[in-house]
Amino acid sequence: MVGMASAESFVLAIGTKKGLWLATSQDRRQWSFTGPHFLMSEIPSIGIDTREGRTRIMVGVRSEHWGPTVAHSDDLGATWSEPEQGAVRFPEDTGAALERIWQIYPDAEARPGVVWAGAEPISVWKSTDGGEHFELNRGLWDHPHRSEWGAGYGGAAAHSIVVHPAGETVHVAMSTGGVYRSLDGGTSWEPRNRGISAYFMPDPNPEFGQCVHKIAADAAVDGRLYAQNHHGVYRTDDNADSWNSIAEGLPADFGFVMLTHPRREGTAWVIPLKADGERIPPDGELAVHRTDDAGSTWQRLSNGLPTGEYNSVLRDAASVDTAEPSGVYFGTRGGSVYASADEGGTFQEVVSHLPDVLCVRAAVIAGA
Amino acid sequence: MQEISVVLPSVLQPLAGGQSVLTAPADGPVTVGKLLDAVTSDFAVLARRLRDETGALRRFVNVYVGGDEVRRLQGLDTEVSPGQEVLVIQSVAGG
Repeated sequence: MVGMASAESFVLAIGTKKGLWLATSQDRRQWSFTGPHFLMSEIPSIGIDTREGRTRIMVGVRSEHWGPTVAHSDDLGATWSEPEQGAVRFPEDTGAALERIWQIYPDAEARPGVVWAGAEPISVWKSTDGGEHFELNRGLWDHPHRSEWGAGYGGAAAHSIVVHPAGETVHVAMSTGGVYRSLDGGTSWEPRNRGISAYFMPDPNPEFGQCVHKIAADAAVDGRLYAQNHHGVYRTDDNADSWNSIAEGLPADFGFVMLTHPRREGTAWVIPLKADGERIPPDGELAVHRTDDAGSTWQRLSNGLPTGEYNSVLRDAASVDTAEPSGVYFGTRGGSVYASADEGGTFQEVVSHLPDVLCVRAAVIAGA
Repeated sequence: MQEISVVLPSVLQPLAGGQSVLTAPADGPVTVGKLLDAVTSDFAVLARRLRDETGALRRFVNVYVGGDEVRRLQGLDTEVSPGQEVLVIQSVAGG
């Protein structure tokens, strides 16, 4: 939905290592904050569901002491609910226990009750009741490759879920394992990593095992997706059957973030970090890079960003909104969050000195 | 019938209806696991905070019986006798 500037407001949700902060704004420049919510629990995942006129904020919550859970609020954080038995709960026969929710992904407008979740241990979940109860995707859980999937530094998780608006094609990315695709709505899955490098393995071009950090779909071109890999930035135009590098023109091909425009063809954002072994912005100069031609060229965007920034930006600590022009938001492990109301042309620091930012989501909401 | 008490840390008490101590009747020794099942039967969220869905005690949740942490005893199979008190304490963790 494209909102009109005079009738819309915005919500910005910031998940950190020690709680959640929420902010609202009429103009994406002045923000009113509440928080911390869930103080001393990390918030690694947030989904904002604005379908059918609602504003439901769903959060993955994880306490070092008391474990993970999923909570939701329908009143912008004034009150929170969690199901008695837990929204995400491994079935007894799996012998597994939930460690962390890495992704909460409201499905398309046409499927208003459907919400997907990606979790650690590597698993995908689907809710049909607006995110209150999720069911384990057995096709992926029972996949014969599962025993060979590995863990990145942050844990072994399914962290990216991309569902085609028609509903049958689902792409999942996991670290480590790479990209898996389902053409039947999640019943069966096949690895789809041809062209994505796994330089850290004996065979650098395996069928699976890649450390894909984030994937995102081009909203305007069927079958086109973008991937930020553990070194490597890629695009596919054939529904992930093959991937080609689009890293040329970037200062570094390492990073965690991949964002795409909510409507416009060929527009994506990355936030490069220097390298695997040097996870800082190149030369300590924080910048977002945007392509408007599907990765053929990149534009460096740093207006309003600080110089001398040595914190990294994690894979879900960035978001776009659906307004026109689209807003771009991201947060650093140093606790600063930046917002742009013009697709990255100019950024403004909207909050600083928070705990490590793990997840950022923004949305257009109805009314004031 | 005698009772066995489970003392909760303040941070968990809102999940037990504000109670600081939960009790279960017992006419003989019971395991810590069965005791936790009994005292959390009406408090499902509290149960999930203490143990994961496999039934395992969460890593940084410590349960003391007679002054000893149950991991040094027989874990959740440690037996508790009527009249004893069981303490739930979060471990020192985090940064």
